[in-house]
Amino acid sequence: MDWLLALIQAVLFVLLAPLFSGWLKWVKCLLQNRRPPPLWQPYRDLRKLFGKRPVVADTASWLFPATPYVVFGAAALSAAIVPFFAVNLPTAAIADMIVLVGFFALSRFFLTLAGLDVGTAFGGMGSSRDMTIASLAEPAMLMAIFTLALTASTTNISVAIDYLLDSGFALRPSFLFALGGLLLVAVAETGRIPIDNPATHLELTMIHEAMILEYSGRHLALIEWAGQIRLMLYGVLIANIFLPWGLAREFTPEALGVGLAAIGVKLGVLAAVLALAETSVAKMRLFRVQEFLGFAYLLALLGMLSHIILEV
Amino acid sequence: MSAQSHSIYEQAILFIAALVVFTSFLMLAQKRLSGMIHLFAVQGAMLAATSALAAYTLPYPHLYVSALIIVVLKVILIPVMLHRLIARMDMRQDAEPAYLYGYVMMAAASLVMFSYYVVEPIAQLSTLATRNAMAVSLAVVLLGMLLMITRRQVVTHVIGFMAIENGLFFAAVASTQGMPMVVELGIAFDVLVAAIIFGVFFFHIRSSIDSLDVDRLNRLNEVEP
Repeated sequence: MDWLLALIQAVLFVLLAPLFSGWLKWVKCLLQNRRPPPLWQPYRDLRKLFGKRPVVADTASWLFPATPYVVFGAAALSAAIVPFFAVNLPTAAIADMIVLVGFFALSRFFLTLAGLDVGTAFGGMGSSRDMTIASLAEPAMLMAIFTLALTASTTNISVAIDYLLDSGFALRPSFLFALGGLLLVAVAETGRIPIDNPATHLELTMIHEAMILEYSGRHLALIEWAGQIRLMLYGVLIANIFLPWGLAREFTPEALGVGLAAIGVKLGVLAAVLALAETSVAKMRLFRVQEFLGFAYLLALLGMLSHIILEV
Repeated sequence: MSAQSHSIYEQAILFIAALVVFTSFLMLAQKRLSGMIHLFAVQGAMLAATSALAAYTLPYPHLYVSALIIVVLKVILIPVMLHRLIARMDMRQDAEPAYLYGYVMMAAASLVMFSYYVVEPIAQLSTLATRNAMAVSLAVVLLGMLLMITRRQVVTHVIGFMAIENGLFFAAVASTQGMPMVVELGIAFDVLVAAIIFGVFFFHIRSSIDSLDVDRLNRLNEVEP
């Protein structure tokens, strides 16, 4: 029964990810005085792409067609270990936060190699930029995660959230800083606006889109879907760690319904905030990204320091 | 001792303590003068909030008065004065030239750790729940000094000086429930007078060396080289 629920949660996570990015796009369009596409537009795009035959370059090795499956698999697996609307599911015990970061790194590793594989200028450029950003973002993310781990004395996400729910409301400065750091990292890692522009692949400054420029058909669909899952993963992580209230702790239908509604509201608000931020700031020069991520690292470090100094 | 063992007011004081250090970091990161003055005002507002919270939880009503003094002096009067000064000297958009952002931030983070290790044995002696904030206040003092060391603009030096004073005041509130009223009034007016005198000095320095860059004070010779 528990395993069935865990499976349902993971599948629901993967299926709802395009809806989340559709909602994000919808809010962003409204904020920019444009007519929004319907909420299910990402599903239509995916269906269209899945129906098309992928075109693979002559110079591509086996790595190139294999990468979309690895990337999507890593994303789907991480969706299974993050508590979505219930904690204490059996899948959550399999892996902890460091494995989650490892999954992100794995999919990035393969995407970067695939970008280099075909040998186009854009792919190599995108790969090098993506690696630059990743090398700066990962320490900040791990630092923010360690802050949480110090507070809850565990690196398992589900147990940590359970601990936070048990301990009730407390003003924790370390969490505020970790939240700030994690938000900045999330923006960088999911390729949102101050770092990368997700809406275009016609810019010389593009990063993620440059890497996947050679992909088409169902390969592209898988990569885009994985990107949407990754965006929602960050959203769910931030929402459930810093605002854990409403998560289902026992597996009754009412509790699960409340959990689902709560995460829906949290994600909706989070996406609106992200859309607002994306509308109000301009894309950053590539060489200022290190300042941005340096600030994220500083926030995470301050979070850890203030945990050690003020909360112990 | 976990966060839950404190009352919500003590938690709030510790929370603001962390934010005060954060504003010090932001000041170090801020390149423009007007932004730095805003941050200084924000830090003052946080100090006033801490003071008012301490007054609310402890039987020391005179802390309300010191909160009021901080609001009047450090949130309104001194920032407005500094803003008018830099507006008159046409420095509103002046940015710090060639500033080693990364190194300064690393130095600042290590200063916070250093002050934690220095203060920890002393803090053990105190019985107040907010004693942990002492490390924070020492960090604010050291970060103020770092701000003065790393910048060249005289106006920034003044803000760093005031930030040091903020740190001392925070230490007083966090570790001893505030200084006696007389001392506090004395310090408050000292700071105000200092701000006024600094203002006069700005004009003096600028009229004699035609710049507010402190580095140029080294080259103050009778004969131009």
